[in-house]
Amino acid sequence: MSYVTKSPWIIHYDGSSCNGCDIEVLACLTPMYDVERFGIINTGNPKHADIFLVTGSVNEQNINVVKQIYEQMPEPKVVVAVGICATSGGIFRECYNVMGGIDTVIPVDVYVPGCAARPEAIIDGVVKGLGVLAEKRAAMEKMPAAKSTAAATEEKEEA
Amino acid sequence: MNLTTSIIGIAAYLILAPIAGGLLAGIDRKISARMQGRFGPPILQPFYDFFKLLEKEPITVNKVQDFYVMCFLIFIIITGCFFFAGGDLLLIIFTLTLAGIFLVAAAFSSNSPYAQIGAERELLSMMAYEPMVLLTAIGFYMVNGSFNISDVVTSEVMAIKYLPGIFAGFVFILTIKFRKSPFDLSTSHHAHQELVKGITTEFSGKTLAVIEIAHWYENIFLLGFVYLFFANTLAWSPILAVVICLATYFLEILIDNSYARMKWQIAINASWIVAITVGFVNLLVLYFMN
Repeated sequence: MSYVTKSPWIIHYDGSSCNGCDIEVLACLTPMYDVERFGIINTGNPKHADIFLVTGSVNEQNINVVKQIYEQMPEPKVVVAVGICATSGGIFRECYNVMGGIDTVIPVDVYVPGCAARPEAIIDGVVKGLGVLAEKRAAMEKMPAAKSTAAATEEKEEA
Repeated sequence: MNLTTSIIGIAAYLILAPIAGGLLAGIDRKISARMQGRFGPPILQPFYDFFKLLEKEPITVNKVQDFYVMCFLIFIIITGCFFFAGGDLLLIIFTLTLAGIFLVAAAFSSNSPYAQIGAERELLSMMAYEPMVLLTAIGFYMVNGSFNISDVVTSEVMAIKYLPGIFAGFVFILTIKFRKSPFDLSTSHHAHQELVKGITTEFSGKTLAVIEIAHWYENIFLLGFVYLFFANTLAWSPILAVVICLATYFLEILIDNSYARMKWQIAINASWIVAITVGFVNLLVLYFMN
């Protein structure tokens, strides 16, 4: 059994959301839903996070921000796209500055549609993400690839 | 205290302190959640977090930071071992300070602005609590005529009778040491703040796990200080001392949940004023009583 499913820490990033989904994400932390029951913490620090919750679509301005947060997270990590804008671009899809869903920039593991996505749906999405997280952890154990990539990035940083 | 009891003390501390510290952290989170009207995580959650961190991919900004963080853990453990072996209070305070400095050095070495401000604030909070910790050691010396912990726990008198002011001052600075609001300047249990996660921002995976376990060791050692105020040769005094330790920890949780973070100026002013009024005045009274 992997402990990563018992203590998933989250980082939440608002792409270009209308704040509807963000309010629902924060609602998950309130006494009504209390996701800390499952050990879920909203860390606000990519280096401590296991799950990347993105709301809203990606636009020209924040491509690098989304990529950077994703790259700073240590493996195993999972990306959950919350809300219809994050999954496909939603009503902003045709906008001149919008790239589309989060999957146009980084690989997404779980899609949670909805406008706004309900807290129950978000929690469900995160719990689905836990399954993916456990799989990724198992894959990490089988292949020492993650270790070698870590060493490679270290060398790059040193250079 | 002879060699055998010292060795038993050290062994018990090495094995039991992380278990007790982790459980205490879990109870802390549960009680905090209940105070906020939430159900809260399982009691064993800190252990799940710890083992999860060990499973994560190691990412290090600067290799020397892992060395400093390991030194932080080792010196915290050495401090606790001196304490539970019945060693010298002054030596214990110095090794504790050294351990704190290693954590600060680790944060500075990452060159991250968040970690650096966190490290500066850690130095400021060390400045805030250090006088009171020294006064506590002096207080024990004035009551027992010795800095040795083995003499304090085997003395005829209960230190709290002579050191109520010192005890109040020590509980006050424990808020800083436990990293509780209103004095959780350098880092806190919740990362949503102006400093991200402050001093621990750049640490992840195993390095963060080492810091967690060091904090568990440190918390148990600090509660040992509270224990000292009530320990003497009477048979029921250890029970009373443990109850007071738990009550003190509960008080810290209550304070944590009822205050917002304050500025570092307030932290330094408040803790120095407390050290001078209740701490130093207590020592003066003791001096004139003798």
